[in-house]
Order: sequence, then C-alpha cells, then structure tokens
Amino acid sequence: MTAADFSILLPEVLLALFSMTVLLLGVYGGQDRLASLVNTLCVAALLLAALLIGMGEGAARSAFGEMFLDDAFARFAKVVLLLAAAAVLLMSRPYMERRGLLRFEYPVLVVLAVVGMMVMVSAGDLMVLYMGLELQSLALYVVASLRRDSLRSTEAGLKYFVLGALSSGLLLFGASLIYGFSGTTLFSGILSAAGEERLPPGLLIGLVLMMSGLAFKVSAVPFHMWTPDVYEGSPSAVTAFFATAPKVAAMALLARLLFEAFGAAGADWSQVLALLSVASMFVGALAAIGQRDIKRLMAYSSIAHMGFALMGLAAGSALGVQAMLVYMAIYVTMNIGTFAFILSMERDGRAVSDISSLHMLSRGAPLKALAMLVLLFSLAGVPPLVGFFGKFYVLKAALEAGLGWLALAGVIASVIGAFYYLRLVYFMYFGQEGEGLDRAMAPAQRALLLGAAAAMLLGVINLFGVDGAAATAALALVE
Amino acid sequence: MSVADFAFYVFALSVLAGGLMTVVSKNPVHSVLWLILAFLSSAGLFVLLGAEFVAMLLVIVYVGAVAVLFLFVVMMLDVDFEELKSGMVQYMPVGLLIGVILLVQLGMAVGVWRFSDAAPGLRAAVTPDPAEVHNTAALGRLIYDDYILLFQLAGLILLVAMIGAIVLTLRHRPDVKRQDVVAQMHRDPASALELKDVKPGQGL
Repeated sequence: MTAADFSILLPEVLLALFSMTVLLLGVYGGQDRLASLVNTLCVAALLLAALLIGMGEGAARSAFGEMFLDDAFARFAKVVLLLAAAAVLLMSRPYMERRGLLRFEYPVLVVLAVVGMMVMVSAGDLMVLYMGLELQSLALYVVASLRRDSLRSTEAGLKYFVLGALSSGLLLFGASLIYGFSGTTLFSGILSAAGEERLPPGLLIGLVLMMSGLAFKVSAVPFHMWTPDVYEGSPSAVTAFFATAPKVAAMALLARLLFEAFGAAGADWSQVLALLSVASMFVGALAAIGQRDIKRLMAYSSIAHMGFALMGLAAGSALGVQAMLVYMAIYVTMNIGTFAFILSMERDGRAVSDISSLHMLSRGAPLKALAMLVLLFSLAGVPPLVGFFGKFYVLKAALEAGLGWLALAGVIASVIGAFYYLRLVYFMYFGQEGEGLDRAMAPAQRALLLGAAAAMLLGVINLFGVDGAAATAALALVE
Repeated sequence: MSVADFAFYVFALSVLAGGLMTVVSKNPVHSVLWLILAFLSSAGLFVLLGAEFVAMLLVIVYVGAVAVLFLFVVMMLDVDFEELKSGMVQYMPVGLLIGVILLVQLGMAVGVWRFSDAAPGLRAAVTPDPAEVHNTAALGRLIYDDYILLFQLAGLILLVAMIGAIVLTLRHRPDVKRQDVVAQMHRDPASALELKDVKPGQGL
C-alpha cells in the first residue's frame, strides 16, 4: 500500500533523493569547488522533473487516503514552479559566482524548497499543507540570509523568519479551529462536515486565519510589510527566486484550500479575497512610485500583481481559477526576464540596483534596453503584449462573477501602476547622461532576458497553449 | 472530589505557576528550573488523560534533553537578560491591551462555538479504539503507517534546518590547526627531532 502511494509522489521522492545525493557529493567531493556542477545538476533535475510531470497525463489520483492529490491542477502548478526554479538557478549562477556567494548548499536548498512547494500544491490535508509550507519556508529563510557577512542580508533573513513564523502561527491556529469544528484534517472531510449551509462562526474564524497566514506568503496587503525589505536585502538571485516559484505555490495552495475544503462557502471567502485584492493592487501601484531601488520596486510590483491574481480567485469560478493560473504563469515569465536583467546590473564590476543607473541604457546596450522595454510594457499590461492578456482574463473572470467594482478598481490600479514601469522606460530611452552600466552580461542571463521578452511578443498568438492547460487544471479543481 | 480531580487541579495549577514564573523570574537559571516544573506537571496531565507514552516522552525529551540544553545555553552564552527585559514596562500596556482584545475575541468565538454533527465520528475514524490497542502501539501505527508521508516530510524539514544551520554558521578558518592522524602516525624522529650541538658557555 505504501509503495503504491509513494509511486504517486514519484517526482517529489526523486527530487528529494536527488537533493540528498548532490548534498553528499558536495560535502565529500570538494565543497564549494563543485558548486557550479551541483548548480547545473540541479537545473537538469528540475527540468527533468518538469518533463516527467508535464508528460504524465491521466486521471486525478490520490495517495495516503486523499492526503496527497495528484490532479491536473497540481501538475500545472508544479510544471510552472519547476521551470521557474530551474530558470532562476540557471541565471543566478553567474551572479553568485561573481560575488563569491555560490556555495553548493544554495542549489540544494532551492531544490528542497521546490519539493516543499510541490507538496503544497498537492496537499489534500491540513497537515500536509503545513508540512509542505514549512519545508518551503525554512529553506527560503536560509537562502535569504545567504550573504551572511552583509547586515542587510541577515536582516532580511531574520525579518522573513520572524514574520513567517508569525504567519505560520496564524495558519496553525486557523487549522486547529477548523479541525476542532470538523473533526478531520482532510479537505474532503472538511467540505462534507461544513455542509451546504452558512459556515458557523468558529469555522469562519479558522478559515479567515488560514487565509491570513497564506496571504503573508503571497505578500498580499495588509500582510505585505516584509516584502520590500526582504527583496532588497537578499542577494538578487534569491530575490528572483522569491518573486517567482514560491508565489505560484502559495497561490495554488490558497486556491486548493478554498475550493477543496470550502468550496460550498464561496460567498464567504470571496469577499475577503476581493478586499485583499483591491488593497494589494492599490498599495502595490502607489507605493512603488517613490522607490529608487529596482528590487524594492519589483517587490511592490509583485504585491500589485498578486492583487490581480487574487482577483481571479475571488471570482470563485472555474474561469477565475483558470485566469489566476494563466496570470501566474505570465507573471513568472515576466519576472524571470526582468530579474535576468537586474542580476546583470553592474557598474565597474559591482552590483548596483538604483534605478538611476538605467539612464540612457538604450545607447550603451540597445538590445537589452529593447528587451526590457517589452518586459516593462508587459508588466504594466499594455496591449498587445502578453501581460495584457493576463489582466484581461482576470478582469473578465471578475466581471462574469458579478464583481464589476473589483474589475473597475483593477483597471484604475493598473493605470496608476503603469506610471512607474513607464518611468523606467523613460530613463532608458530619454534619460539624462549618467554613468551607465557595464555592457557585459552572462550568456544564461542574456538568453533568459531575450527569451522572456520574445515570449511576451510571440505569446500573443496563442499564449503557447497555456490557457488551454490552465482551463483543464481549473476544471480539475472546481468540479 | 475524586483523587483524579484533585491531581488535575494540582498539576494544572503548577503548570500555570511554572509558566508564569518562567517568564517573570529575574534569574534565567531559575526560569529554566520553573520551565522544568511546567514540563513535569504537563506530563502529569497527560498521565491523567491516559496518554502515558506522551507523558514519558515529555519527561525524557523535554525535561531530560531540551531543558538541560536550555540550561547549558543560558549558562554558556553571555546574554544580558536584564537588558532584554528593559523595554518590559514600556511595552507592557500595549501587549496587555492586545492580549485582552484577543481574549475577548476568542471568548466571542467560543461563545457561539458548535461542532459539526459529523465531527465525533470523523475524529474517531482515524484513531484506533483505545480499549483494544495499547497507547504506544496506536501512536506507532498512526505515525509510521498512516502518516508516514508526514513523518518523512518532517524528516526533510529537519534536514533543511540542519543544512541551514551549517550554511549560516560554519566558517572554514585557514589559521586553525587541525589534527591530522595519518600525518601524526607517519612522523618519525628524523623529521620531528633536530639535534643541535650546543657549545659550552653559549646559548642557542
């Protein structure tokens, strides 16, 4: 029985075993001299796992008495986050190497965090949810303070840890209330125990506490305080990781919890999500305007984008979940491209992150500037780039669910948010003469930057079929 | 009042007193000792609940290992606890206010609390019947059979914690002399000793 159950977890088990093997290789085979090799192996393993999951079609399965669910929704989210993690590892190697930060534990911790995320998106039980979440978070706290000689980096790690522990506390308290009411931690059991009637107050409090805990993880306002500081303080490669895969995992986990365990109470959680969504969109758009540091700016940008993704969830329909998944896939692609550029921002060999260093980038590096122009327009949601379609899907889902006011707020927030993206474009093309940036860029970073920008242009044709896959995934969750 | 009731009140009161004294006592070593009292009393509460195995674990692991570890940390690290507590008066009112608000809210939640009709059945479904299975065996079955996935995931989390602790603290210092057993064994008088012919009346 156990062997059959574990065979459903095959990708997770293989990745966990792989991470332990390369850990041993690193420890006994020459420590940080092997870091590059370990990094490459980890990229290959993540890509293979994505391939394994992406190829594995078939009906939804569950293991360990529905504690672990393997359905189209989980597979979609896993493929997105595996690819994102592989891309981040690929582009972080040159950055970490140049700063002497590339230690063999870094890719191993990233792979272990990814295993945690895969467990999160497949969770069918409150305990599995928590285990996956902690496995992910603990690895992230460590990589946040990887540059242990830097005050900012250790501060980022500590801040992330303390606030993350607080959010885990909220989550656990909520989970215990839910267990107290329903007598089971299985999502399916909670759904049947709650019944069709209105949620009793105790269960509602539990649900709201769990949603708050998860809102911390996706950095939705008002639980976003940690995001700018952690993004700014962590090494840029780690920031790139924070902005991509964990967000997908937490968002998918939120969707899983709401639909699998509280599917009958859509009206109750939809209003909470709508509130989080509208607050995130506006705070993200307004607070980013005053930022001078591009990493802080990307932090507020990610907060605003999470607001849009939450809008899709707030719609509470299959279309809404599909819109959320498409939005997250597009968001991850845009962020990988943008961070590939941020990782390459150097002046005289030293990393810079001030946005004034972008002045007149178009003269020194026209191709880079053009790729960034496309990515920034896409982040702002300017048609006809792919970023526009992400917003379009979400707004459509909100309108069809009768959340017209939310959709309107989203449009207004995205217009406000366009300002700071366009300001960066203005700096690059019409700025003052400044010191400029070094022109060198590692091949992996260049490939990812140009690839992401090309995807923003070419994806207009059919979104690379992502919307179809997301529709299947959404139906697996909502039906 | 039966003996069990009496024992419950004694243990419950000493848990509360121990917890309170852990927080407020001035001497950190006293704090740890009060903490041990709290652990022991909660072990007593577990015995009253019929969970002997958990009670013994609490005594062995928490009193035996964790508390002693705390004691070592408290004694070996130079932490100025008075300084840590210096903001106490300043933050106390806000802390108390938030605590009272939380308490009232929880009271309101508990006031309207009700269980799902299916809850008792669902709760009993996963656990073996206590009348038939021994405490320890039941725990073993739950942890190592039914919840093997959670057990393994917990193991992975601990692995990450271990890697993290090493990554963040281990530093390789080139100037530290380490013992090299093989080199020691292959030392011979020729390489270890140097004979000098010291002339009478002169120093080296």
